[in-house]
Formats: sequence, C-alpha cells, structure tokens
Amino acid sequence: MAVLTGPTRGAFASLRARAARIAEFVTTPVLPSDYLDMISPLRASADLRGRIEEIHPETSDAVTLVIRPGGGWRGHVPGQYVRIGVDVDGVRQWRAYSLTSRADSTDGRISVTVKAMPDGVVSNYLVRRARPDTLIQLDQAKGDFTLPSPRPGKALFLTAGSGITPVMGMLRNAVTELDDVVVVHSAPRSSDVIFGGELRQLAATRQIRLVERHTDVEGMLDLAELDGIVADWAERETWACGPTGLLDAAEQRWSDAGVVDQLHTERFRPSVIVTGEGGQVTFSKTDTTVDADGATPLLDTGERAGVLMPSGCRMGICFGCVAPLRDGAVRDLRNGEITMAAPGDGVLIQTCVSAAAGTCDIEL
Amino acid sequence: MTAVISERPDVRPVADPADPTAHLSDADIENIGKELDALREQVIASRGERDAAYIRRVIEAQRKLELGSRAVLLFSLFPPAWLAGTAGLSIAKILENMEIGHNIMHGQWDWMRDPKIHSTTWEWDNVSPSDQWKHSHNQIHHTYTNVIGKDNDLGYGIMRVSSDQKWYPFYLGQPLWNFVNACFFEFGIAAYDLELGKNLQAGRRDDPDFRRRAKQVLRKIRRQATKDYVVHPLLSGPSALHTLTANFTANLVRNLWTHSVIMCGHFPYGVDTFERSSIVGETRGQWYLRQMLGSANISGSPFMHLMTGNLSHQIEHHLFPDLPSNRYGEIAPKVRDLFERYQLNYVTGPLPKQVASAWRKIFLLSLPNNAVEQVERAIDGFPPAKLLRGLFNRVRPA
Ligand SMILES: Cc1cc2nc3c(=O)[nH]c(=O)nc-3n(C[C@H](O)[C@H](O)[C@H](O)COP(=O)(O)OP(=O)(O)OC[C@H]3O[C@@H](n4cnc5c(N)ncnc54)[C@H](O)[C@@H]3O)c2cc1C
Ligand code: FES
Repeated sequence: MAVLTGPTRGAFASLRARAARIAEFVTTPVLPSDYLDMISPLRASADLRGRIEEIHPETSDAVTLVIRPGGGWRGHVPGQYVRIGVDVDGVRQWRAYSLTSRADSTDGRISVTVKAMPDGVVSNYLVRRARPDTLIQLDQAKGDFTLPSPRPGKALFLTAGSGITPVMGMLRNAVTELDDVVVVHSAPRSSDVIFGGELRQLAATRQIRLVERHTDVEGMLDLAELDGIVADWAERETWACGPTGLLDAAEQRWSDAGVVDQLHTERFRPSVIVTGEGGQVTFSKTDTTVDADGATPLLDTGERAGVLMPSGCRMGICFGCVAPLRDGAVRDLRNGEITMAAPGDGVLIQTCVSAAAGTCDIEL
Repeated sequence: MTAVISERPDVRPVADPADPTAHLSDADIENIGKELDALREQVIASRGERDAAYIRRVIEAQRKLELGSRAVLLFSLFPPAWLAGTAGLSIAKILENMEIGHNIMHGQWDWMRDPKIHSTTWEWDNVSPSDQWKHSHNQIHHTYTNVIGKDNDLGYGIMRVSSDQKWYPFYLGQPLWNFVNACFFEFGIAAYDLELGKNLQAGRRDDPDFRRRAKQVLRKIRRQATKDYVVHPLLSGPSALHTLTANFTANLVRNLWTHSVIMCGHFPYGVDTFERSSIVGETRGQWYLRQMLGSANISGSPFMHLMTGNLSHQIEHHLFPDLPSNRYGEIAPKVRDLFERYQLNYVTGPLPKQVASAWRKIFLLSLPNNAVEQVERAIDGFPPAKLLRGLFNRVRPA
C-alpha cells in the first residue's frame, strides 16, 4: 500500500478543507456536523461526547458508570478528572468526576464512580435514574492530582467518602509500580466503603496497607492520631481527597510539620468562607438581568437564568469559567476579596467562586 | 358566548362598550397581572424532560424532512419528485422558521442550557441575521406591542393598520405593498430589522453601525441564495433548473405562509392598538392587558398549531414570549377563562377567517377614514359581500 508523502497529503488536506467549505454552503445556516450528529454522535470530529454503556452499583449510594468516549477522546493520566454534561429534567448540568478506569484499557472505555449527595442534582440522577445507552457530553481529562515519575518511594493516600475515586484510579493503574503504599480511608460503615472489596483484596495480597476508619463506630478521624496510625507519615508523599474539613485539617497538620510540599490535595467543592450582600446582575450579551444574593456563585446565577455560562471544575481551580466583569463589583467567595470594574474595563473573574457584591455586569 | 357569560355570577357587565377595559378597576388589572404571573410560574416550575424531548424531536424531524426533500429534489426533473420535494422543503422551511427558529430565538429553550438550542447561538434559514431580528422583534415589537409609532410590526412602516394612524396618499397602494411584502417576506423582515426606510435617508446612510449591519445582511442573503439557487441546483446536475424553481417555490410558500400567520396575530378586527402616551408608566398588569387586547389567535388542529410555530396561540405567546411553545396550547384554556371572567374579548378564529379579516382591514384603511365609512356602507349593501360574510361567519365584530 502506498504511503502518502508530504505534498500529496497536503493536497488531500486542502481538498478536504475545500470539501468541508462546500458542505457548509449546502447546509447553511446550520453546519454539516449538525446533520452528522444525528447519525454518528461519537465520531472523532464531533464535539466530545460519550455513551453510558454499563452502570454497576458500588455501595447503596454509589455507582460506577462505564462510558464509551467519542473518537476525539485523548486519554487521561490516573488521578485526573473528566467533566460530564448530563441533561437532568431537560437541563444540561456539568460536573467533574475522577476517572477510576485504567488509562490503557483495551476496550477504550472509561469509568467514573459517583456517590449520591443529599439533594445533589447530578449525583442523584446518575446514581438512581440514569440508564445505560444514555448519551452524555464530555470534556478532555484534566487535573494535576496525579503520581509523578519516577514514582515516590513511600506513598500515603488519605481519603474519605467519594474521595477514594481518584486514588482508586491511581492504584488500579500504578499499584505495581509503588513499593510502599498506605491507604487511610474513612467511611461511615464498612458497607459504605466504595471499592471496599478491591481495596481489601489489595491489602490481603500485601500490595497496600489499608487502614479503614468506620466513623459511625469509631468517630471522625482526628489527624492528631495520625502518628499512631502511620508513624512515618511525614516521610511519605501524600495524596489527600475528601470533604473540606479533612483537607483543611491535613493542610494544617502538614504545614505545622513543615512538609506541606509533600501534600497533594484534590477538592470536590470550594471552601466558601465569605458571603455578603448581593445585587442585580446583568449578563449583557444575553441581555438578561436577575437579582442575586451574595452567597450564590455567579455561575449558578447565570445558569439558572438560562445564560450559556462557560464552566469547568466549578470550584475555582481550572479557570474554565472566566468571564469579563464589565462594570460593578463581585466578591470572591473563598476569601471575601472584592473585585471592581469601571464601565468597559472587562476585568476577568472566575464566576464559579464569585458572587455579586452589588450591581454588576458580566459580559456573557 | 354572551349567554355563557351571563350565566356566570363572577362576571360583571361591561360598562362602556367603546373602551374594552372601561369596566376594569385598577385592582382588577393588577389582579389580572398577578394571575398571569402565577400561571407563568407554574409553567416554569414544571418545565422538564418532556419539553426538552419535544423540541429535540421537532428539530430532528425538521432536519430529516429537509434532508429527505433535498435528496428527492436531486431528481426534480421528474414532476412527482419536484412536487414531493417542493412540498417537503416548504414544510421543512416553515417548521425551521416558525416552531424552531422563532421560538428558540425568543429564548424559549434557553433554560435547557444546550448551546446548540440557545437564543444566543441559533441562526435561522432566513435572510435576516438572527441578531438583528432578535433586536427588532424581541425588544421592540414585544415590548411596544401595537403601540402606534413604536411597534414597527404594526404595518411594518409601509401600511396603515389602524384608523388612528394618519392617512397619506401612499397608503392607497397598501394592498399591493402588502402582497409584495408577503411574497418576499423574509426580505421585508431583513429590511425592517435594518430600519431601511429610516436609515436610507440622507445623513444616516453613512452611519458605521448601519453599514456594518447592512453588510451582515448582504452576507446572509448571499449565503442563503448561494445555497438555494447555486449549490443545490448544481448538485442536482440535469435537474438543476428544476431544483432552482423548487427552492424558489419553497421560499415563496414559506414567505406567504409566515406572512399570513403573522398578519393574523395583530391585524384582525377586534384587536386593539394603543397610543404612545398610553404606555407611559405602565404597570405589569397594564402591560399584560395590552398584550391581551393587542393579539389574536388562530384556531385549528395540532398540525396547524405546529405549522404556525404555535403563533396560533399569539395571545399566550405575547403574554409569555419566553415560555416553551408546546405549553401555549396547554395554558390557553386558563387564559381564555381569565378573559371571560374579566369580560375581555379573546379574539380567535380559523385561519381563512382571520386572514380575510386582516386583508379587509388593509384594503379599507388604504383609504382615509371618512371614505372608509362610505365604502363600508357600500360593501354592506352589496349582495356578494353578505354571502362572503356568511361564509366566514363574521369578518367584523358588530
Ligand atoms: C475535580 C473534581 C473531581 C470530582 N470527582 C468526583 C468523584 O469521583 N465522585 C463523586 O461522587 N464526586 C466527585 N466530585 C464532585 C462532583 O463534581 C459533584 O460536585 C457532586 O457529584 C455533587 O453534585 P450534585 O449535582 O449532585 O450536587 P449539587 O446539586 O451541585 O449540590 C447539592 C448540595 O450538595 C452540596 N455538595 C455539592 N458537592 C458536594 C460534595 N462534594 N460534598 C458534600 N456536599 C456537596 C452542595 O453544596 C449542595 O448543598 C468531584 C468534583 C471535582 C471538582
Ligand atoms: S469552573 Fe473551574 S475555575 Fe471556575
């Protein structure tokens, strides 16, 4: 078979580009892809989507979704997360979920594991209502909560609840490359431990040392007890993922011990500490004005008003939600800092962690 | 109708037949506003999967119909293919403009947060760029509905549709203007979104904003024309000429249809117009009342409602322009009940009757007011007119 060389391939590419332009004239004002999406939504050139192929229960309130990603999926590094867009009650909702599958799975499928949060819109939908064969929106994998290479000599994973998910992603992929692993995991009861069977199996085969903390019986883990549980914790490269309280305490403990640079944390939600007076928010491109309180992120305010808000992690780390503030004042919910803009300024703000602090105008 | 009303103890008799709202107190009007606000909230709270599935289904069906019709037209040399393809394409174009484009651009589906079905991203199969249409339609027409001198939809600036509008000799030709406008309606829309009449006057022509918008329109016209009159005919090979005429016909049918539907929304007899001064300091209740009195519905089958983009529920649409169109029919009985309880005239009728009513107005108002009465008297004495009126029940209210 002949292999296309430089100029020939270039000619083909320009031919394809020309054909695409002509196709646009055939379908204008919509795009050829709008028609192709009806037939082949997972093709490589389409917006990235996935199809839920299997749903496996993990605990009474958590499931693993096995997803066939579209042809454009570029793979992931264990520990990273993927953003998923699902239509719940007809409304597109985006949330981030850590990848729990092997990065080199032979069937090309990926998986995430979701725990239902009380009143949680997306997590409850995915755990209790979603059915196999549902088409969902995807984004490429992101995040730097990953293992370095070379691998650390001694590792500690400090997790609670659904915080085990990115860690399971790492263990499934790299446990054989790690010599000395301790996993300290908290969950209310033994049956609530997501991946409990698999973790215990890893412990039984001595690939990890597993410390399970059943908080209904033993109470919450106090990091002051850590010396008694993992004596050499300060020598270990540590990955921590779980509720805000656990992560805040870990950051405190590790920095008190002067080893905070060995601690990597993954937060599932921002730690909101400051709220205040809200105000009237105008989304000028959409020509929509709504009243907002001082505690609701502008991302949520806009979405509720039907504005097409760009978003990402929804917790202040990825900058996927940045938009220009044209006028007015907003408050950073993490530290209370006020950002102001004079008309036309266009100061960039993160809408997922900013709330109105008076009248403001967002260019969306 | 009168009989039904008098049986209802909660309905008061009309005080002044000349002013359809004279019997309403300020409190009544504000209560109407509250009732309508509550109805709106009910719909918003219950929007969900069913509605989303509806619009996606319509879009998918429209795309399949358009694709299928265009495929059939590749063989339009054969008359049955020409006929079937043209009919299919006409319906597809009507659906695209009415139930899909018009309603998406109203923001009726923005709540779904699907960037592909959103007022800020949608572009429609029409020579008027969606941005410009949204401004003139959503902001001007829906805000100033039927306010003379403010709402450009009222006669599109070329016609006199209320006896309160001043007469000029120019209006003598308005039946012709209206017919030409109907045939090339999409261009008419583009022209008046551009406010061409105003902007072509000396001194305004060089306004950079106007020039930018004019360029945008020309680009859109070029793209639309290239598609319908160059690319698709060329793809049809030996059927090129036939495909061209088919596409022209489909555009014409779509233009005539949308023009008729839209004319039925505000022109028929029984619909009120308002003075500029009447909207100063308007309350929410008064705004609702103006929408109620300034719009007319079309009765018919579900298919008919679909083909009008549910503008057959013009009254409901004007009360709640951004509620999903599939809900208008569902709330119509409640809205109608509200009209009856407050003794207001819910103008509705089958399409032929409403179209005739609108055309009658356009013919009559092409004449100065004093001549109108003479002509009306003459018509009323003319036997065929009686016959026609019998046919359409009652073109004009007593
Ligand atoms: C990088 C990243 C990775 C993530 N990985 C996973 C994962 O692998 N598995 C998983 O189940 N979730 C994960 N999450 C959390 C997930 O994105 C959602 O926030 C979570 O599913 C709740 O969404 P919801 O729509 O159900 O709740 P919402 O409707 O958004 O919120 C409902 C209520 O729950 C509260 N709430 C929201 N999130 C949390 C939380 N994490 N803990 C406690 N209360 C909360 C809200 O404040 C609110 O009161 C991750 C988040 C991030 C940022
Ligand atoms: S969505 Fe990631 S920073 Fe706001």
